[in-house]
Amino acid sequence: MSWLRMERKAQLVPQARLAGPMPWVIAIMVALTTIAAAGGLALNNLAQAARAELSGGLTVQIVEAEPAERERQAELALSLLANVTGVETAQRVADSELRELVEPWLGEDIGTAQDVVPVPALIDVRLSGPVTPEKLRDIRALLKARVPAAQVDAQSSWLAPVFSAISSLKWLAAGLVILLGATSAAAVWLAARSALGTNRATIEIVHLLGGSDGQIARIFQRSVGIDALLGGVAGALLGAGAVLLLGRQFAALGSGMVAGGGLGWADWLAIAGIPFAGVLIAMFTARLTVLAALRKML
Amino acid sequence: MTMPEGDIVQFDNVGLRYGAGKEVLSDISFTLYPGSFYFLTGASGAGKTSLLKLLYLAQRPSRGAIRMFGTDVITLPRARLPAFRRRLGVVFQDFRLVQHLSAFDNVALPLRVSGVRESEIIRPVSEMLEWVGLADRADARPATLSGGEQQRVAIARAVIARPDMLVADEPTGNVDPELALKLLRLFEALNRLGTTVVVATHDLHLLKNVRESLIMRLDKGRLSDPTGALRYPPRRPFSRMEEERQ
Ligand SMILES: Nc1ncnc2c1ncn2[C@@H]1O[C@H](COP(=O)(O)OP(=O)(O)O)[C@@H](O)[C@H]1O
Ligand SMILES: [Mg+2]
Repeated sequence: MSWLRMERKAQLVPQARLAGPMPWVIAIMVALTTIAAAGGLALNNLAQAARAELSGGLTVQIVEAEPAERERQAELALSLLANVTGVETAQRVADSELRELVEPWLGEDIGTAQDVVPVPALIDVRLSGPVTPEKLRDIRALLKARVPAAQVDAQSSWLAPVFSAISSLKWLAAGLVILLGATSAAAVWLAARSALGTNRATIEIVHLLGGSDGQIARIFQRSVGIDALLGGVAGALLGAGAVLLLGRQFAALGSGMVAGGGLGWADWLAIAGIPFAGVLIAMFTARLTVLAALRKML
Repeated sequence: MTMPEGDIVQFDNVGLRYGAGKEVLSDISFTLYPGSFYFLTGASGAGKTSLLKLLYLAQRPSRGAIRMFGTDVITLPRARLPAFRRRLGVVFQDFRLVQHLSAFDNVALPLRVSGVRESEIIRPVSEMLEWVGLADRADARPATLSGGEQQRVAIARAVIARPDMLVADEPTGNVDPELALKLLRLFEALNRLGTTVVVATHDLHLLKNVRESLIMRLDKGRLSDPTGALRYPPRRPFSRMEEERQ
């Protein structure tokens, strides 16, 4: 019986739950923020994975139609590269892997077509530092004389525009998250103020009956917090759903590069924090609003 | 009759103006003693409600000094005022019931604000509602109560926490004369338990019904007190004061 009364005590300040704008404002903001944050994190992961993989990398192609000669030059290039200072590893990309790479373009019967369509031998070279134009020039000069079929490319050079695009998108997403966060805070602040307006009489009465500012703020904060939590959970589910859907579509592309842009558990943890940040912002602004109004009373 | 030690309220040259308007209260000086019963009378607009607002700490005076329970409440930090308000019971002229709370919860509000445990709330609140004749309306919201019923809820809320001082602004304005007398008896009973009572009213009829009461009369924002007796009110029954005047 007494807990029933207790339940009613929690209603000192009325909140027409889900009727006021608060849950909807929070839900929309959290959903948008979740999508933007997930996008930003995925792009960040993608850029990092690609950069780590490619920044210190060179590709040496042996473009030679005659298989035996190609094989000879590839072996020679490998041994030459092994003695260059600054080269950490130089590895032949296995033919099977190579076949997989070109399969989408040449079809599955590449094995038999090999003689018809020559596939170059590929050597993946990893440097201890970044690929500078001087390094590139040195290695080209070294190979030129004895491995005439060699073509040397820095992996990052042809990816540079992609990197800068990814990087811009990443910053765009970060900007969006910040803007959405600020907008959420403003919207929540307005919602808290309008809720305060409708509860002004109650706040004044509790104040005159000897309620402390903290007591009154807590009552109000809790109502707003419950509203915000409802909206936050709804928004987070909506946002996470959209992110998963998008993720699945990207995964279906099957591209190795996009695979580097997946979300790790730390990313999901950060995303899960968004609705709670929303609730905290809501409760904090509600508290400040009530306290400011109370301070105008004696 | 022995004079109680000390005073509960002391006004010294208090003035009040709202905003930039002219003073609605001027040169108000008086002392209230613990356990006494005071009536504050005066025509409508004389400043009774304004004076009570100062008493129940809803308003700061424009000038003058106010001491309550031995403390200067003008210079007191805001954070310490709630503790003083909890020692007061107030019947507001416009009741000020919380509209979305039942009669029960409205009456229980001062106890809850003071942190009284729920298990110790149900019985006194129910008894109080019974006393003011609203036991069967405990779950009703204020909007569904008549003016007189709302007033009784307001009075029950003001006295539930056994305040040191009860301040009532026209507490019998909306009830029939019979109930008015009954409520007055409630105030008297509380007064006998030691509560100082201040009742503002323009109903001179009420005054005769409390034998040991003292009267403060407001006239256009000033205490009409030509003799100065009200500055240190004598503890004399009102009836005897009336006799002397005749
Ligand atoms: N909040 C207010 N703002 C401005 N003037 C007020 C306010 N409250 C009361 N007054 C004025 O103060 C004077 C005294 O009012 P009040 O204290 O309510 O008198 P009473 O309770 O005796 O009828 C009146 O002239 C009234 O118009
Ligand atoms: Mg009045």
